[in-house]
Amino acid sequence: MDITLKVNGTERRLAVDVRTTLLDALREHLDLTGTKKGCDLGQCGACTVLMDGQRVLSCFTLAVAAEGTEITTIEGLAGEEDPLHPMQQAFLEQDAYQCGYCTPGQIMAAIACVHEGHANSDDEIREYMSGNLCRCGAYPKIVAAVRQAKPLMERA
Amino acid sequence: MRPFLYEQPASTPEAIGAAARHVPPHGEGRIQAPAQYLAGGTNLLDLMKIGVSHPPALINIGPLRAEHGAIEADASGLRLGALARMAEAAEHPAVLRDYPAIAQALRLAANQQLRNMASLAGNVLQRTRCNYFRDPSWHACNKREPGTGCAAMEGINRRLAVLGVSDHCIANYPGDLANALAALGAEVDLVAPDGTGRSIAFEDLHRLPGDTPHLETTLRPGELITRFRVPAGPWTRRSLYLKVRDRESFEFALASAAVALDIGGGVVRDARIGLGGLAAKPWRSREAEAVLKGRRLDEAAAGEAAEAAFRTAVTHGDNAFKPELGRRTLVRALLQAAEMEI
Ligand SMILES: Cc1cc2nc3c(=O)[nH]c(=O)nc-3n(C[C@H](O)[C@H](O)[C@H](O)COP(=O)(O)OP(=O)(O)OC[C@H]3O[C@@H](n4cnc5c(N)ncnc54)[C@H](O)[C@@H]3O)c2cc1C
Ligand code: SF4
Ligand code: FES
Ligand code: FES
Repeated sequence: MDITLKVNGTERRLAVDVRTTLLDALREHLDLTGTKKGCDLGQCGACTVLMDGQRVLSCFTLAVAAEGTEITTIEGLAGEEDPLHPMQQAFLEQDAYQCGYCTPGQIMAAIACVHEGHANSDDEIREYMSGNLCRCGAYPKIVAAVRQAKPLMERA
Repeated sequence: MRPFLYEQPASTPEAIGAAARHVPPHGEGRIQAPAQYLAGGTNLLDLMKIGVSHPPALINIGPLRAEHGAIEADASGLRLGALARMAEAAEHPAVLRDYPAIAQALRLAANQQLRNMASLAGNVLQRTRCNYFRDPSWHACNKREPGTGCAAMEGINRRLAVLGVSDHCIANYPGDLANALAALGAEVDLVAPDGTGRSIAFEDLHRLPGDTPHLETTLRPGELITRFRVPAGPWTRRSLYLKVRDRESFEFALASAAVALDIGGGVVRDARIGLGGLAAKPWRSREAEAVLKGRRLDEAAAGEAAEAAFRTAVTHGDNAFKPELGRRTLVRALLQAAEMEI
C-alpha cells in the first residue's frame, strides 16, 4: 500500500505491507532508528512516539492507520544545529541512562508527561512514567531529569 | 502476523456494512471472528503478533471516534462513547467527581501510552492474559482451540480465576473498567450490521465459560458497541476502585474491588459491588451486596459480605491464595468507601 506519513514536520511517501507497524515504518522504511523496538508487544515503552502531540506506542499502531496524523520522534526534537530539547539536556545532565536503549522512549514519554500535567511530584512522575521500563534501572535519575526539565519546558 | 484485508470506513453505516460483507450470520462473540473491528489495536494487534488471532479482515473504526467518542453526564447518568479513549474518560471532570470508581479503574489500568490509544469498548472486550491462551505452542487451550483441553488446570494458574470458572476453562477476565461498569449496572448500546440497534445490560455482555470458553460475549456477528450508559444513583459518588497487584503500577489486577455505597442514617441503604482479576468475567456480587443492605458498615459486616462473595470460589493449586486476597481486598475497599467524604 502507498501511504504518506507526516513525520517531524515532513511528509514522507512510502510503500508498506498492510501489516507494517508505525515502528517498523519509521525504522526500516524511513531510516529513523532513534525509536527503539524492545518487546514489540506494548510492554516496555521503548517505541514511544508522539502522535498529534499524544504519546502512543508505535509497535501497536499500524502504519496505514497513522496516515493523516502528525508524528514526532526523538529525531524531531532538535535539529542538527539547534540546542537540545530541555528534556534531552536534562537526561544528559542527570546521567539518566546507562546503555541508552530505553532513552528515546523515556524522553518522548517524559515530554508528554510534562505536557499532560502529570509531573507535579516524584510519585506522580513515577506513576505516569511506569509504561517505560529501563533494564539498567536508571529510574531515580530519570525522575530527576523530568523534574529538572519541567520548569524549563513550562517557561519555553 | 498473517496478512489481512484492511478497511477504513468513514462512518458507522460504512463500518457495519463492511462487517456484514465479511461476517457469516453465526458464531456469536468468537475469538476467531472472520472480521474484527480495530479500535486502539492494543489488544487485537498484540494477539495477532503472537499468533493467537488471525482475522482475515480488519475494519478500522478509529475514524468513528467523532461519532462515538463523546462523554456526557446529566441527572440521568453518564454516557461513555465506545470510542472514547481510556485517558479521556479517566480525566473527565464529571467522571472524576460523580463516578470515581470508573475514573480510578481506568487510571490504574495499563499505562498512559496505552490509555491514550485504547478505546473503552476495546478495553471491555480485551481477552484473558492466561499464559497458555497467549502461547500457541501449547496445544491444550479450549478458549483458543475448542476441544483441546485446558493446560492451565494443572499448570501455572496463579493469576487465573476462582469465581465463575468451569471444568473447561479457568481463565480470568483481566480488565478493570468492566468490573466498575458491572457493579454500577451499566447498559450497552449496540448496532447490528443490518443497522438495527439494541441495548443490553452490561452484565449480559460477557459469558461464563461453561463448556464453550471460546465464546466470550453475547455480541452478534458484526455488532458494534456504540456506547455505555451508567445510570445515576445515590451510590455513584461514594464509589472507588481498589486494585491489588504484583507491582505498584502498569500491572493487571490479582484482585480488585469496585464498590459503590449509599449510606444514610448510619446504615447502608444500597451497595454495588464488582470484583476484578478473580473471575471468569466482569463480576458483580449480589450476594455481598445483600449482606450489607440495611446494616451499619463495620469490619464485621464487611467481612461477612466478603465471605458471601467468595462462597462459590474454586481454586486450582497456584491460585489457592486468591479467595483470601479477594476477601481482604473487598473488606478494605468497603471500609475505605464508607470513610469517603462526599
Ligand atoms: C502491557 C499491557 C498492560 C495492560 N494492562 C492493563 C490493565 O492493567 N488493566 C486493563 O484493564 N487493561 C490493561 N491492558 C489492556 C488494554 O487496556 C487493552 O488492550 C485496551 O483497552 C484495548 O482497547 P483497544 O481500543 O486498543 O482495543 P482493540 O485491540 O482495538 O480491540 C479489542 C477487541 O475489541 C473489539 N472491539 C473494539 N471496539 C469495538 C466496538 N466498538 N464494538 C465491537 N467490538 C469492538 C475488537 O474487534 C477486538 O476484538 C494492558 C495491555 C497491555 C498491552
Ligand atoms: S484457562 Fe482457559 S484460556 Fe487458559 S489454557 Fe485453560 S482453556 Fe485456555
Ligand atoms: S516495543 Fe513497543 S512497547 Fe515495547
Ligand atoms: S538505560 Fe539501559 S534500558 Fe534504560
